[in-house]
Amino acid sequence: MDNPARTIILPGMKQDCDILIVGGGLNGPSMALALADCGFRVTIVDALAATLREDAAFDGRSYALALTSQRLLQAIGVWDAVTDTAQPMLEIKVTDGRAGEGPAPFWMHFDHAEIEEGPMGFMVEDRHLRRALMDKMRAEPNITQINTATVVAQDITPQGVQVTLDTGTVLNARLLIGADGRRSGTAERAGIKRTGWDYGQTALVCAIEHEQPHNGIAHQFFMPPGPLAILPLKGNRCSIVWSERTDMAAEINALDDAGYLEILKPRFGDFLGDIKLSGKRWTYPLNLTIANSFASDRLALIGDAAHGVHPIAGQGLNAGLKDVAALAEVLVLAARRGEDIGSELVLERYQEWRRFDTTALAIATDAFNKLFSNDNPILRLGRDIGMGVVNAVPGLRRGFIREAAGLTGDVPRLMTGRSL
Amino acid sequence: MQGQQTTVDPSEIAKFEAMAAEWWDPKGKFKPLHMLNPCRLDYITSQIAGEFDRDLSGDSPFAGLRILDIGCGGGLLCEPMARLGATVVGADAAERNIPVAQVHAEQSGLTVDYRHTTAEAMAEAGEQFDVVLNMEVVEHVADPLAYLTACRQLLKPGGLHICSTINRNPKSFAMAIVGAEYVMRWLPKGTHEWSKFITPDELFELLTQAGMNPVDRKGFVFNPVTWAWRLSSRDLSVNYVTTSLKPA
Repeated sequence: MDNPARTIILPGMKQDCDILIVGGGLNGPSMALALADCGFRVTIVDALAATLREDAAFDGRSYALALTSQRLLQAIGVWDAVTDTAQPMLEIKVTDGRAGEGPAPFWMHFDHAEIEEGPMGFMVEDRHLRRALMDKMRAEPNITQINTATVVAQDITPQGVQVTLDTGTVLNARLLIGADGRRSGTAERAGIKRTGWDYGQTALVCAIEHEQPHNGIAHQFFMPPGPLAILPLKGNRCSIVWSERTDMAAEINALDDAGYLEILKPRFGDFLGDIKLSGKRWTYPLNLTIANSFASDRLALIGDAAHGVHPIAGQGLNAGLKDVAALAEVLVLAARRGEDIGSELVLERYQEWRRFDTTALAIATDAFNKLFSNDNPILRLGRDIGMGVVNAVPGLRRGFIREAAGLTGDVPRLMTGRSL
Repeated sequence: MQGQQTTVDPSEIAKFEAMAAEWWDPKGKFKPLHMLNPCRLDYITSQIAGEFDRDLSGDSPFAGLRILDIGCGGGLLCEPMARLGATVVGADAAERNIPVAQVHAEQSGLTVDYRHTTAEAMAEAGEQFDVVLNMEVVEHVADPLAYLTACRQLLKPGGLHICSTINRNPKSFAMAIVGAEYVMRWLPKGTHEWSKFITPDELFELLTQAGMNPVDRKGFVFNPVTWAWRLSSRDLSVNYVTTSLKPA
C-alpha cells in the first residue's frame, strides 16, 4: 500500500447511509423511494426548502407520462395520490400544418384501443406529482431529507464516497447518485464532461383553458418553426408546448398575455372553441446535453444530469424515470448477491443498460425534429406520405403507439408492473 | 507448503500467482471472471438461501453460516458472502493471492479469514463448515476424488457443496481453450488442460464416490450478443455448476 494509513482509518469509518442522492426534483425523490422500498438507507440533499418544492400553485408545467412511467410511480407508491388529477391520453393525432392553414391531408392517428395495455400515457401536473413525491418521502423511514443545502465537495474513498455540504456537514455513503439536472455539479465534480449542442430553438410552454372538451386526445402539429403539442389536462384545459426560433420565442414571450394569445391562436386553431391562458408561461431553450459517462466509481447519474434531451416528444421525464427503474434494479440485484453496490463493476451494468437507449433517443429526437421543423417542399411531401403510410399500416402504427407508451426496448422490471 | 500433503499440481500454482495482482481490476486480466461472477453469485446465493431457508432481501441473510471458499483467489466470492453476513474463510494454494485478497477486504471494510492452505490440510485439522464453495478449481487438481473427499470432510452434516467446472467435449475445447485462451485472450495460454476437464456425469459420479449426494446441476452460458452470462437448465456443454449435500 502506498498509504498504509488508509487501511487503518477506513475499516472503522461509519457510513451515514447506503446511498446519497443529490437533487430533489422529480427523478431524485423517485429514485429515493424506489431504493428505500428495497431496504436501502437513503439520504437526499436539495438546495431548496421542502415547502418551496411542494406548496406550489399551478404553474403551467405538466408532464406526458408514458404508461411505463405511470407503472413505476405505482410501484413506488405515489400514483394513488396523483391519479385523480391525471388525465389519461387516449388518442394521439399527428398532423402537418402551416400556421393559419388547415392540417395537411395526410396525418397519423394513434388510438390506445389498438394496444392491450391501456392508455398511452397520462398528463400529470408538476405540482401534483411533486407534492405526492414529497409526502411519500416523508412517510418513508429509510429516507432522510436534507434541504437548503448544497454540496461543496465530494471525495471517492475505497469504501465509498464522502460528501461535504455548505452547512459543514460531512456525509459518508457507499454510492452517490447525481440527480441534479443538466448542469449537474455532481458530474462536474467527478470530472465527467458533457457533449451537446444547441438547436437555436426555444420551447414556449403554457396551459390554456378552452370551451370544448378535449376527450383525452393529444395533438401534435408539425409546423415550419417547430412542433406544437396540445396535451390534455383534467377538465377543459390543455398543456401547450410549442417551439420557435430562439429570437422569435424571446419576442413572443415578452408580449403581454393578450399579445401572446394572438400569436398562439392561429397556430392552435379553433377546434376546442375559444381559449385563454391558465397559469404561468415558461420558456426552455432546446439543447441536447449528454454526460460522457453515466457512471464511475461510487457515482451514477440519472435524469437530465445524465442526458438532457430535446423535449419535443415529452420524453425527458420518462427517460429519467427509466433511469430510476434500471438503476434500482441493478443495485437491488447486486445487493442480494452481496456485491459492492458502489463499485464500477456494478454501476457499469447501469451505464450499459441506459446509454444505448439514451443515445438512440437523442439521435431519433434530433432527426425527427430536423425532418419536421422544415418547410422544404420535398421534405414536407416526403413526411406527409410517410405519415400516410404509417397510418395505413396497422402493425407499423401499433409499433409507434407502443414506443410512445414506453413499451419497447429492454424495459426495467418496475416499469412492467412487477416488483423488485 | 513444505511437507504438506497437497493435491494442487505445483505447475498450476505458478500460473495463478502470476495473475494474482490483477484480481480486482474489472477491466483487467480477470474481466471474464468479473463478467461471470454475477451469474455464479446468483446460483450460489439462491442455493444457500434455499437450503438454509434465508431471505436474500433481508439484512445479513447469511448471518450464522460458516462458509469456506476453496481457491478463493482475490476474494471475488468471499467478499460477497461476507457482505451477506456469513463468517467466511478463503483458502488458496497460491500464497501471493492471500495478501492481495486481505488488503482488498480491509479496504472494503469486510472481515474475511484468508489462509494459505489446502482443502486436505484443513480437513486434517478438523475444520467444519455449513457451505463449501469449489468454483473453477476441480479441473486444476491432480486427484479430483481425493480432493472432493476432503471437501466432504470439511462439511457439517447436512452441509452444502457447490462445485463448478468445465465440461469435456469438442465444444468446450473450442470455447474454453481456443476461444478463451487464444482468440479472446481472456486467459493466459496454458491456463487449462482440456484432458483434465470433467463431464457433468463424471462429476456426479465423483461426488457420489466422495460421499456426497448431488442434487442439482446447471449450465453457465455466455451470450455473445448481450455479452453476458446466464444460468441454463439445459445447456451444460461448456461451463457448469453442481450442488451436493453431505448426508445429515
